[in-house]
Amino acid sequence: MSQQQPEHVVEIANLTKTFPRGNITALENIDLNLRPGEFVSLIGPSGCGKSTLLRVIGDLVEPTQGTVTVNGKTARQARAGRDYGIVFQDAVLFDWRTVTKNIALPLELLGWDRAKRRRRVEEMLELVELTGFADHHPWQLSGGMQQRVSIARALAFEPALLLMDEPFGALDEMTRERLNLELLSIWEKLGSTVVFVTHSISEAVFLSTRVVVMSPRPGRIAGIVDIDLPHPRGVETREEPRFFELVTQVRELLRLRGEHLLPEEAAALSE
Amino acid sequence: MSGIVVTGISPGMGRRLGRQAREWIPAVVVFVAAIGLWEGVIAAFDIQQFLLPKPTDIAKACWDERHTLWPAGWYTFKEALGGFALGSLAGMAAATLIGRFKTLGSALMPIAIAANAIPIIAFAPIFNAWFDPLSPNSKIAIAAVLCFLPVMVNTLRGLQSASPRQIELMRSYAASNFTIWRRVRVPTALPYVFTALKVASVLAMIGAVVGEYFGGSYDALGVLIRSKAQILDFQIAWAGILVASVLGIALYAAVVAAERLVVRWAPDGRDS
Repeated sequence: MSQQQPEHVVEIANLTKTFPRGNITALENIDLNLRPGEFVSLIGPSGCGKSTLLRVIGDLVEPTQGTVTVNGKTARQARAGRDYGIVFQDAVLFDWRTVTKNIALPLELLGWDRAKRRRRVEEMLELVELTGFADHHPWQLSGGMQQRVSIARALAFEPALLLMDEPFGALDEMTRERLNLELLSIWEKLGSTVVFVTHSISEAVFLSTRVVVMSPRPGRIAGIVDIDLPHPRGVETREEPRFFELVTQVRELLRLRGEHLLPEEAAALSE
Repeated sequence: MSGIVVTGISPGMGRRLGRQAREWIPAVVVFVAAIGLWEGVIAAFDIQQFLLPKPTDIAKACWDERHTLWPAGWYTFKEALGGFALGSLAGMAAATLIGRFKTLGSALMPIAIAANAIPIIAFAPIFNAWFDPLSPNSKIAIAAVLCFLPVMVNTLRGLQSASPRQIELMRSYAASNFTIWRRVRVPTALPYVFTALKVASVLAMIGAVVGEYFGGSYDALGVLIRSKAQILDFQIAWAGILVASVLGIALYAAVVAAERLVVRWAPDGRDS
């Protein structure tokens, strides 16, 4: 069987999601393709369905209409094949497991043997700079450290795709900026594709290669902004004029969101 | 002298023991003061021994009658233990089934919660009629029924209180329902289960002793307490109650010890 590298890691075609309870249309006619190695942020007002979109990609929510392809497979097959890792807003760690065992959980489910698990956990602890906390329990760690454990767990089995649902939303500004830097350097090192849901414009611009701006319910793509800031990015990136231009561009798109742009208008704006 | 005693205990351990001792001191002081007050009040107001014997008299009876009291206590303790094990296991099994099959749960839970409010101990004479009143089985049965409901209700609550996010995470790993049950639901439920087991350990001892008040073998503690009270031998009746208390506390302490062993991840300073 010849396995060809698919052109897109994620292909979303004509996706609509309605929730029967309350007859809410969360997502309407979403078309979006993600190339390998892209860092794509989904940004939009609360309730615009960006988290739902993330869950549809992860096959945690079923679409009402349309198709989602991950690594050339259906979303269901991709989940069964453990093609993606996920990070939520709170770290979702298991209190009864140490840091090591939390990170090793997906590896256990994949049936890795003990020695292989231990080696990988050590690598991951180094990656997220938590060496020395291996035997701590989650409640002994700060919020930022817990989220780093959660990222290490999501990356432990080297998934091609990383789904992140407002991972730093509950953290204070300083921790958040530090973790942004860490996440960028991890992404530059590993080259995985990232889908990143966020509320923060500057965070989206700083991290991403593309920012997908969504309109309020029913969630549609209001526009896509290509972020052409050079890599590697650092603290100084946030002070560049180009950074502010891009932030303004995203903000404009978000501001116009309510006026239900025609697709041509949206395209014009995101040029 | 003291140098020899301290040898082999690390400074950290010594500090920890010291801190534990300090935490216990107030309780010990209050206990000793209460016993002293009890002794003093009886002497001061010349209270009749059938109303309230002196602690020293109870202690003396406990020693004098040790060859009848402790075997009787052990007999009753075994009944309580049997009922505790039977009722708790059945409660956990029922909770597992109800948690697995939702319709079963919605049909049975309202009934179970209503049944939980029934004073089951009132059924003790009925159980003596159903089983042989002289055999331990009738007491094991009442203790088991007393333990069943709290354990079932709490275990079910524990199994259902797993965080939806944790379950979503497991689903992202394509984990089966059984894997989710074993790795998320059961560990989440364990603290709830132990809370229920602590309650059940107390109820089991009450069930066995009270069951025996309505008739039972002459080897049983409840029968002994009742017959001694009837012939106005109150020191011995009180000594019997003391034995029942010590055994009840022992069972409770055993559950707490098991909890510490199993639920090791919880932060320090939990209540027990």
